[in-house]
Amino acid sequence: MRANTCGWNSRQTTCWSCAIKPVIIHDGYLTTKPHLYGRGALLVGLAFLWMGVFLFAPLAGLSALAFASRGEYGGVEWTFTWENLSRLAGHDEFGFSWNHLLILWRSVVLAAVTTVLCLLIGFPMAFWIAARPAAARPLLLALVMVPSCVNLVIRTYAWQQFLGSQMPAAWVAQHLGLVPDGASLYPTVTAVYLGMVSAMLPFTVLPLYTSVERLDWSLVEAARDLHAGRLRTFRHGILAQCMPGLLAATILTFIPSLGMFVISDMLGGAKFLLVGNLIQQQFGSMNNWPFGATAGLFLVIASLFALWGLRIVSEREAGRR
Amino acid sequence: MTLPRWVPAVSWLGMTLLYLPLLAVAVLSFNSTRYGQSWGGFTVDWYARMVSNEAILSAAWNSLVLGVISTVLATVLGTLLAIGLNRTPWPRWFKRGSDLAINLPVVTPDIILAIALVGAFAVLREWSAAFKPGMTTLIIAHTTFQISFVTLVVSSRLTTIGKDQVEAARDLYANTGQIWLRVLLPQLMPGIIAGALLAFTISLDDFVVSFFVTGPEATTLPLLIYASVRRGVTPEIHALSTVIVVGTMLAIIAVTWIQAARTAKPQE
Repeated sequence: MRANTCGWNSRQTTCWSCAIKPVIIHDGYLTTKPHLYGRGALLVGLAFLWMGVFLFAPLAGLSALAFASRGEYGGVEWTFTWENLSRLAGHDEFGFSWNHLLILWRSVVLAAVTTVLCLLIGFPMAFWIAARPAAARPLLLALVMVPSCVNLVIRTYAWQQFLGSQMPAAWVAQHLGLVPDGASLYPTVTAVYLGMVSAMLPFTVLPLYTSVERLDWSLVEAARDLHAGRLRTFRHGILAQCMPGLLAATILTFIPSLGMFVISDMLGGAKFLLVGNLIQQQFGSMNNWPFGATAGLFLVIASLFALWGLRIVSEREAGRR
Repeated sequence: MTLPRWVPAVSWLGMTLLYLPLLAVAVLSFNSTRYGQSWGGFTVDWYARMVSNEAILSAAWNSLVLGVISTVLATVLGTLLAIGLNRTPWPRWFKRGSDLAINLPVVTPDIILAIALVGAFAVLREWSAAFKPGMTTLIIAHTTFQISFVTLVVSSRLTTIGKDQVEAARDLYANTGQIWLRVLLPQLMPGIIAGALLAFTISLDDFVVSFFVTGPEATTLPLLIYASVRRGVTPEIHALSTVIVVGTMLAIIAVTWIQAARTAKPQE
C-alpha cells in the first residue's frame, strides 16, 4: 500500500544488493523477502525450538503413550493396545469394576459443583466491590487476589490446620454431635469443597468484577420502568450484560478444578480420588505410565468439551442480543 | 446502586473463606505448644528456629535460584518470540498456528504438562545424564511454561506502542542495532518487566510441575511444605507459611498502590 504512495513499486523494482529478488518495504525500510523472513525465523525459532522439544513433542508423545503397553517391570513397551482405554472404562484383569469410572465422575461433579458455588459467592462479591468508592476498589480487588498468589499447598495446609481436632471449628462440630469427640474435620468431602471453593474463588471474582464494573445501569432502570419484576430485571437487565464475564469465570474455575490433585490429596484422604490423583499414582507408586497417560488424555478431552460447550452457550447468547 | 442486604453478607462469607485458614496458621505460629494445637502461650521462638533451619533455608534458596534462572531464560526467549511474531508479515496459517501454540501451555492443566515433561526427560536421559531429575529439569520445566506468559504480555505491549517510532528511526538513518537498543527495547521495557514478574510469580507458585520433575536433592519451598505435611508438621512450617503469606500480601498491596498512584497522576 505504502509502496504506491511514495512511488516505489515492489513488483518492478529489484533489490540493489542482489539485483534479482524484488524488494519490499517493511517497517519503513527496504528489504527483501528472504531477508525479512530470515530475521523473523531467527527471532521466532529459538523459542519455538525450545517449546518444540520440551512441550509439543512431549505432548504428542503423551498421546501416543496412552495407547502403549506396560512392560513387565513397569517400563513402557511401544506396542499398540486399547487396553488402557478399556481399563479406564472399567474392564481390568478381574472383570468389570466401577472404580475408575467413579473417579472420572467424581472429578467432573467436583469441578461442576465447585464452579457453581464459586459463582454463587463470587457474583455478589463482584457487585459488592463495584459498589465501593472508586479509591477502595483496587485495594479490595487486591485483597481478593492475594490468596491466589500464595502457594496452593500452603493454603490447603492452612485448611488442614484450621479444621484440626483441637481448633474452634472442630470443637463446635464435636459439641453439636456432628463428628465424634476428638476427631478432626478432615479428611472429609466437606473439607475438599471448602478447600476447592477458597482456592478457586479469586479466579471467579476477577472476570466477574470486570464485567460488573462496565455494567450499563440505564438498561436496568429501563427494565424497571417497563415494570419487570425483580427476577426478570436481574435476568435481562444484569445477567445478559454480564454473560462474557460469567463465561470467563466459569472457564477459569471449571478447568483448573478438573485437574486438581493437591486439595483432594490433602483434605480428602485416600478414599477421595480424582483424575489428578489417579495420574499421580500411575506415574508414581503404581509405575504404569501408559495408563496414567490415558487418564491424562481423558482430562484434556473433558476440558476441551467444557470449552466447546461454553462456546456454544456464548454464541447462542450473542445471537439472542 | 443499592444492593440487597444479603450481598455484603455473602461477600464477607467469601472473604472469610479466603482468609480464615491463613489467619489460623498465623495464630498457631505464635503458639508455644510443640505437638498438637492446644494453646500453650505466646512465643516467637518458631520464627527464630525457622531462620536457622537448614532444610527451610536450602529450599528457599532453591526456589529463588530456580525462579531467577528460569525467568531470565523465559523472558529472553518469550520477548524475542513476541517481536518475531509481531514484526514479521507472517502468512495467516502461521499466525494462527503460533497463537494456538502460545496459548497451549496456558490452557493445558498443569498436571498434563508435568507428566509430558516427565516422559520427555525419561527419553532424553538415555542420551545424556544431564536430564536426571533435579535442578536442571526443574529449570527447563519452569522455563517451558513461562515462555507463553512472557510472550502474551510483551505482545500486548508491542501492539500498543505500534510501529511509528521504529519507522521514524529508520527514516533518520538508525541502523538495526540502534533501533533495537534505543527505540524498541526501551519502549518495550514495561511489558518485558511485567512479563518477567508474572513468570517469576508463576515459578514461585508452581507445585504440580515441580512435584513431578524434581529429584531428591532439589526441594523447593512448596515441595518442602507438602513433604512436611506427610512427615508431621512442625510449628516452624506455620511460621514459614505466615512469612510467605504476609510477604505476598505486602508485595501485592505495594504494586496496587504504585499502580493507583501512577494512574491517578495524569488527571491532576
